[in-house]
Amino acid sequence: MKFEDEPVPGYPLPILPGHTSPGRFERVLRAGVFAVTAELAPPDSADPAEVYKRARVFDGYVDAINATDGSGANCHMSSLAVCALLTRVGYAPIMQVSCRDKNRIAIQGDILGGAAMGVCNVLCLTGDGVQAGDHPQAKPVFDLDSTSLLGIARGLREDHRFESGRKITFAPRVLLGAAENPNVSPVEHRAVRLAKKITAGAQFVQTQYCYDIPLLRRFMNAVEDAGLLEQAFILIGVGPLRTAKAGEWMRTHVPGIHIPDSVIERIKGAKDQTREGLNLCVDLIQEVRTIKGVSGVHVMAYRQEESVAEVIDRSGILAGRIPWFPGRDTQINEETGNLHD
Amino acid sequence: MYTVRLWSVRHARGLASFYQRFEGVLNRLHPLFQRIGYQRLERPVAAVERQVKGLLFDCNMCGRCVLSSTGMSCPMNCPKQLRNGPCGGVRANGTCEVKPEMRCVWVEAWRGAELIPGGLNAIQQLQPPVDRRLEGTSAWLRVVREKNGASA
Repeated sequence: MKFEDEPVPGYPLPILPGHTSPGRFERVLRAGVFAVTAELAPPDSADPAEVYKRARVFDGYVDAINATDGSGANCHMSSLAVCALLTRVGYAPIMQVSCRDKNRIAIQGDILGGAAMGVCNVLCLTGDGVQAGDHPQAKPVFDLDSTSLLGIARGLREDHRFESGRKITFAPRVLLGAAENPNVSPVEHRAVRLAKKITAGAQFVQTQYCYDIPLLRRFMNAVEDAGLLEQAFILIGVGPLRTAKAGEWMRTHVPGIHIPDSVIERIKGAKDQTREGLNLCVDLIQEVRTIKGVSGVHVMAYRQEESVAEVIDRSGILAGRIPWFPGRDTQINEETGNLHD
Repeated sequence: MYTVRLWSVRHARGLASFYQRFEGVLNRLHPLFQRIGYQRLERPVAAVERQVKGLLFDCNMCGRCVLSSTGMSCPMNCPKQLRNGPCGGVRANGTCEVKPEMRCVWVEAWRGAELIPGGLNAIQQLQPPVDRRLEGTSAWLRVVREKNGASA
């Protein structure tokens, strides 16, 4: 889709009535089209070119890019910096903020700073424990939890105040997001937990990988019963598995990952396991799309980012829509003389 | 102690009702507390509270007790100190991502909440961020003081 008020890349869009951010991600969600987000793994490098290279593989296929914040408790370039680089050229980044590494003073500062740099979306996370990453000797902070962080971020935006009550002069106009994992214990209470996050301020939700469709359907039913579908946009986490072995490793070593045996068997039985992993991802996306209340998918293709475009393309979920990317409009105009909407 | 902590959650109903009565008793003692002075009571009461709640709940003396909203399972035993619900890393068998030998305090919290009348509503209450200045202080005295509108 093309917005009539498309700004110069790096500048905010006008905020439409009922919107909270000047960002294109909120525009896409509120337009009601099936949204696509993807996860960008920040580099172990200080080179901005590496960030742009990693973003470019998604061009034309995703509406927003999540910049992870020390994911898996491993050290990488900061989410704030990645987002600031991405906004310079007009991308719509989702700044992930984890409570593991920073206290409320640092986090609130980052949200103001991110918004000042053009970040329009903030995903509030608790974060993995430090034992999971490459610096298990580090001090875990956890001054806040993801839910109280949402409340504080909303306070910044709506009350124009820090948690301390001190006034801020220009509020961060950010769309707030939360994560949910429908797969793990206590499964029957996950919808209640999500309700708390939405009450606290979450406007969109991105889930952990969902490989178990029946389980996901049960979760979404509970979410609907709790009356949450009208209150937040829910994007379901999906991703390709490179091999059956990789899937096996993930589900035993990575906290919070649930992959049913049937999925592992399907990959294991294939001649080309990586290809089958992509096929599976396409199938998952198509199934997820049919579930009531799902607003989009969040593709996490760690070390397979270059396959995201193919997966999205084959799934057909964009339905001819071309999400914005730097140079999109000139490129398409040259190619076809007009732009598909 | 871990085993006692699990016992406390299994007996959340009894403990919660005892706690409620205990709070009533403390509230009635407010005039006496005021005469002695809350400041003077702080240290001895906090010491007793630490012992009792330490034994029953592995209390960490956060100073802002939420046990009645968490099925008598103390959320400060969560390695991430989550006060609004479990993280996304809970293991399939209901144990903690960080400490695999420990049951998730929030899986326990829901077990306890199901036993307490109104527990499932209480668990949905949003908990504000912890005021870290209260660490080590008596939550009992604070509750009484706040309820009776006294400032010190």
